[in-house]
Amino acid sequence: MEDVRLPNTPVDDIRPPRTSIGAIGWLRANLFNSWFNSLLTLVIAYALYQCIPPLVRWAFIDSLWTSTGPECQAADGACWSIIPANFRFIMFGFYPYEEQWRPAIAIVLLVGLLIFSQYRRNWKKYLFYTWIGGLVIMGVLMRGGILGLTPVETSQWGGLPLTLLLSVFGLTAAYPLGIVLALGRQSRLPAIRSLCVVYIELIRGVPLISLLFMSSVVFPLFLPEGVSLNAILRAQVAIILFTAAYIAEVVRGGLQGMSKGQYEAAEAIGLNYVQTMRLIILPQALKIVIPPSVSILISAFKDTSLVVIIALYDLLKTTQSILGDPRWMGFSAEAYLFVAMIYFICCFYMSNFSRKLERELDTGL
Amino acid sequence: MPQTEPPVPEADAPSKASFWYDPKVRAVFYQIGALAMVGMLAYYLMSNTMANLERQAIATGFEFLEKQASFEIGESLISYSAADSYAKALVVGALNTLLVAFIGVVLTIIMGTFLGIARLSSNWLVSKLAAIYIEVFQDIPVLLQLFFWYAFFYEMLPGPRQAINLFEGVFVCNRGLIFGIPAADPAYAYMAIAFLAGCIAVYLIRRWAHQRQDRTGQIFPLFRVAAAILIGLPAITWWLAGAPTAMNVPELKGFNFIGGVSVSPEFTALLLGLVLYTAAFVAEVVRAGIQSVSKGQTEAAMSIGLKPGQVLNLVILPQALRVIIPPLTSQMLNLTKNSSLAVAIGYPDFVSVAGTTINQTGQAIEGVALIMAVYLIFSLSTSAFMNWYNKKMKLVER
Repeated sequence: MEDVRLPNTPVDDIRPPRTSIGAIGWLRANLFNSWFNSLLTLVIAYALYQCIPPLVRWAFIDSLWTSTGPECQAADGACWSIIPANFRFIMFGFYPYEEQWRPAIAIVLLVGLLIFSQYRRNWKKYLFYTWIGGLVIMGVLMRGGILGLTPVETSQWGGLPLTLLLSVFGLTAAYPLGIVLALGRQSRLPAIRSLCVVYIELIRGVPLISLLFMSSVVFPLFLPEGVSLNAILRAQVAIILFTAAYIAEVVRGGLQGMSKGQYEAAEAIGLNYVQTMRLIILPQALKIVIPPSVSILISAFKDTSLVVIIALYDLLKTTQSILGDPRWMGFSAEAYLFVAMIYFICCFYMSNFSRKLERELDTGL
Repeated sequence: MPQTEPPVPEADAPSKASFWYDPKVRAVFYQIGALAMVGMLAYYLMSNTMANLERQAIATGFEFLEKQASFEIGESLISYSAADSYAKALVVGALNTLLVAFIGVVLTIIMGTFLGIARLSSNWLVSKLAAIYIEVFQDIPVLLQLFFWYAFFYEMLPGPRQAINLFEGVFVCNRGLIFGIPAADPAYAYMAIAFLAGCIAVYLIRRWAHQRQDRTGQIFPLFRVAAAILIGLPAITWWLAGAPTAMNVPELKGFNFIGGVSVSPEFTALLLGLVLYTAAFVAEVVRAGIQSVSKGQTEAAMSIGLKPGQVLNLVILPQALRVIIPPLTSQMLNLTKNSSLAVAIGYPDFVSVAGTTINQTGQAIEGVALIMAVYLIFSLSTSAFMNWYNKKMKLVER
């Protein structure tokens, strides 16, 4: 037996070297772990040092928040005053000024519904009815004409409500269509399958803007004489038809993820096609595709900005048109940064939600 | 169906069920039904359209393509004037789209790869900055970004007389980006030929090297030889052709620049917006691809004695690319489709030219059909390539 002498100090008193823990340790491990990384850190730190202070100076120290346009022209810093001075127009467009509380409530309602639906404990049947009810109330608020509300023509709708409406209604209406297309694409009947394939590939192959062009210049020709649809509704139809093709592909992914045993088991207990799909396949497949569906909602939300090109007054167009006002000319950066922030907050929130869902729904299979 | 046939009570004759329950009959019935519905819808829309066109006295057909376009196009790769036909104007537009898409794709892949690698860097600062970039640029609509860069060029940059001199011979001002190029010289044509010849030579050497390695197991230093040929041949040609060094540098004359190459603000803004936006998505694709190759692969490759370059070339990249290429192509296609937003900032791409054509001729259906057809050709040829690629790269399994 060797003579093994243990040190007298207890083991847990021996600390790691001071350079590998705490702030210094963190710096060494994350910023200076090799000569290349050290160099990179120094270069980036210098670049940030060069960029950040002037930017902060422009955005916060020298900036004006509550001035008039001419005062801004004279100042050096950012002119955030363009936002409060035109806030109502950016947000609501040409909606009658005294009635703008209505779209405001509609937005609050919509955001409330979206936040309510993000909790999985609320994913019950009543959520569906709540949504239908909510959408009807929003429609009544926006449109008016009953309950003593002054009617507001859709041509006067604009700003953030229009953006939200186009994307949320777009996705809601496109979802059933997308499911039908996905089922059609998986069908064993060649005629139905090829119709669906042609539709999906055709739509996915062209840019949204060509469909929006179609909605604004070709669609009126499709309608019989005397019938006309307003521009917003036509754009909405284009967005729905476009989004449906993308949803169809996402849902197809979910359908392909179903094992063959599910179909066989359903057949074995005597369910027909509709029952198999409604009771067995779709509930499982749709659950898998919730996270990618949120991604589609995000891109639909961003894509609604394209209606600018067919001259609808969405959030981006209202912002652009205040920049045409001679009093506020030349402050594009401030105005666009503000709108970008709205888009960013919405999309960031949704994409975080989708990532969280993906983690939660991941059963590790 | 004959009417005289007596109805058969189903419970009594289970063996001879109604023809309605025959899956084959049903399949035919459903398909005919679906086709009939689509056909009727198409007929309804067509007849409405025909009536409307007649009522509004709009011409149909593609004869307008031959007519004189009589509008100018700001930038063109081929010579074009307002006296040319609509067909030529549309070709100019399509070429402009291809130009911005091609340069955009190249820059996006370079930038996206750097960002994707930066996102995985062990340097905390680099990784976090890349993450912030990716998140911010993905979450802002590309059209808004285009407007921002366009406004940046027109509002924030000074006029030509106060142009910002970025590097020697490169100026930025509200007329766009202006930079010097080597002055025209026949030497450059020879260099291009030499480069092509170099490519062919490298291809042949590569084949020979592979065959030799299969036969004898000896490894040929292909990369170094290829680099030497591809750089060396044009360089020697340049030297033999008299080593021209004259540059065509932009100079400020009066209110604008003379000489050099100037890129319009519209093009620059479009390119900048598309590249910055798409690169954020490509970075995520690249990151996912690199992460998909497990660390054990690197370790195993090193343990059998491969050099770091070989580990990357023979083990990591072939596996990562299989994951990267399909989503990457779809991002490239997205970039091409998003280039149609050029119409919003006044760059004459295909959609913009077709839009002007529609406004002038009133032939909306033909115009929109042309737009769709051109983009469909882009997408279909890309997916044909993808199918070929997937087949080629498919894992050979036992």
